[in-house]
Amino acid sequence: MKGMTVIVKKVTELMCGVIFLYGIYIIIHGHLTPGGGFAGGVIIAGSFILLILSFGSDFLALKKEETGSSLIESSAILTFLIIAVLGMIIGGTGVFFKNFLPGGTIGKLISAGVIPLYNIAIGMEVAAAILTIFLALLIYKDEVLK
Amino acid sequence: MDLYIPLFVAVPLGGAFLSAIIGHFLKRFGRIFTSVILAFLTGLSLFLIFTVREPLVLKVGGWELLGKIPIAIYMVIDGLSIYMLLIINLIGFLSAFYSISYMKKFTAENNYYTLFCIMTAGMNGVVISGDIFNIYVFMEMAAISSYALVAFGIEKEELEASFKYQVLGGMSSLFILLGIGLLYWSTSTLNIADVSRIIFSNGKSELIIFAQVILLAGFGLKAAMIPFHAWLPDAHSSAPSPISSMLSGVLIKAIGAYVILRLFFNMFAITYDVSLVITIIGTLSMVTGVLLAIGQWDIKRLLAYHSISQMGYVILGVGIGMLVLAKNGDRSVATLSIAGGLFHLFNHAVFKGLLFLNAGAVEYETGIRDMKKLGGLSEKMPVTASTSLSASMSISGIPPFNGFFSKLIIIIAAIQAGYYVLSILAVFVSIITLASFLKVQRFTFFNKKSSGLESSGISVREVPFTMCFSMIFLAVLCIVLSLMIIPSVREIILTPAVDVLVNAGKYSATVLGY
Repeated sequence: MKGMTVIVKKVTELMCGVIFLYGIYIIIHGHLTPGGGFAGGVIIAGSFILLILSFGSDFLALKKEETGSSLIESSAILTFLIIAVLGMIIGGTGVFFKNFLPGGTIGKLISAGVIPLYNIAIGMEVAAAILTIFLALLIYKDEVLK
Repeated sequence: MDLYIPLFVAVPLGGAFLSAIIGHFLKRFGRIFTSVILAFLTGLSLFLIFTVREPLVLKVGGWELLGKIPIAIYMVIDGLSIYMLLIINLIGFLSAFYSISYMKKFTAENNYYTLFCIMTAGMNGVVISGDIFNIYVFMEMAAISSYALVAFGIEKEELEASFKYQVLGGMSSLFILLGIGLLYWSTSTLNIADVSRIIFSNGKSELIIFAQVILLAGFGLKAAMIPFHAWLPDAHSSAPSPISSMLSGVLIKAIGAYVILRLFFNMFAITYDVSLVITIIGTLSMVTGVLLAIGQWDIKRLLAYHSISQMGYVILGVGIGMLVLAKNGDRSVATLSIAGGLFHLFNHAVFKGLLFLNAGAVEYETGIRDMKKLGGLSEKMPVTASTSLSASMSISGIPPFNGFFSKLIIIIAAIQAGYYVLSILAVFVSIITLASFLKVQRFTFFNKKSSGLESSGISVREVPFTMCFSMIFLAVLCIVLSLMIIPSVREIILTPAVDVLVNAGKYSATVLGY
């Protein structure tokens, strides 16, 4: 896939970092404000997709990128599962999904126990999964249709 | 003991993503790891069968009752759940072990094992969930991974079958979600035990009856009962064979029949109308399925149509039990009938799983599924031929095998309940089943003269060890399961499952604890 004009490239260059940071903000404030892992993950994936669309995929080794993103996706789910199972071990009561960290003060960034950790894992998972789907479509277009 | 419940979901999910990660570096990892974890889960469910007497309840997240409102997601293991868990993980283990040799010719083996584990996790989740929305979520997990697995060969037929399956599966999910929404609207809770308590205390409204109809249609589509069966023959015949055996042997039971039983016995109060509908659907599936099956020449398609017919037996057995319970009839007749249905459910998982594995072995060696082109394989593939013979006799109800006893129990129960027409139909269907499996045996494994294989130059020998092992194991089970009619064995395995359904009203009280 070819890139777009200089204007688009320059604007994307300026914007995508901000979009990425906004996605991270949404994820880590998931337990305080609207949004959370899923919404933030989609925004992060959006910043990557914007870059690929404006600069084109000719400079990318698509297969390698796809392997990387699917690896991140799997490890994010695994992290989620490990936190859930840790609740069974650390809580001492053998309860699945136990919130074993201290709750903290309501409204502070570091509060709500393990919920921010779940949000981060979900954010990674969603971002990587959407990017993987996008890359798979690109690979299909570039390689299979030719 | 509660500690073991989440393992049935967490272990296969962990296995799925571990084999997705490690599989990038170690090619053989997923292949072996899947079999190992499924063997572990089979062992665990066997252990639970022998130890659990009272239902185990786990509140996810540790949230206790708030007043009388259950706010946690409940995971429940009772007799019926353990029974289903044993079937799912046993057939899953044997299919995974069979896949070790069978899937070598496919690319992207790791994705296969990842999807396989996710599908198992989804089915286990459906069975242990005590919350209707979680049943929906786990059901979608199992269904979506099975869409991908049906299309795994990426040929024209497989993609078409998978597309058809996805469209009809999507329809059924829509129905189910709508039904759950209506239930939530009228009872304002999603916990099965709590819904049941509220329905019993408030009485029935039109909304609940509408939700029942919608849910029956949705799960009937998943279980491929006859007006909703169109996707099954395509999907089950074009999947890779171990997956066909998982789909036919386990999936339609775990996310279709099991949920119908759980919801219509334990959640809604049993009424005469619904039991009549379920019995009629079961009878229709039983008769029509076998009539559609006997004319087929594609071996896997024939088996797929027989799945519809045999599931009809299961639903018929349970439906007669429901009818008797709804009319306040003799409870021992209801118990006998439901026991027959559940027994046939296990038996069907075993012999239909085995028959699909046999078909897979034939296809693995010859590459042909059309019975007209096969023939005379019994000398070259003795293990496949003999195991297939035992499965065929089992499905058509020849005495020492398990299928005979479960069909006999269903027929006796139908006579005792006074449904003579249904019992005659059950015998009649069994005879046609025998005829169509004689056809399979004759055209595939015997009948040497008309064999076109020799001239086409395909060299045939016995399949590799792992495939043989799974087939022999299941063939032995075909005989061993007939021991379930001995009272002491039956009391351990079958009776707890039947009790959950017969004493349907007790579920709510035991799970909620008040």
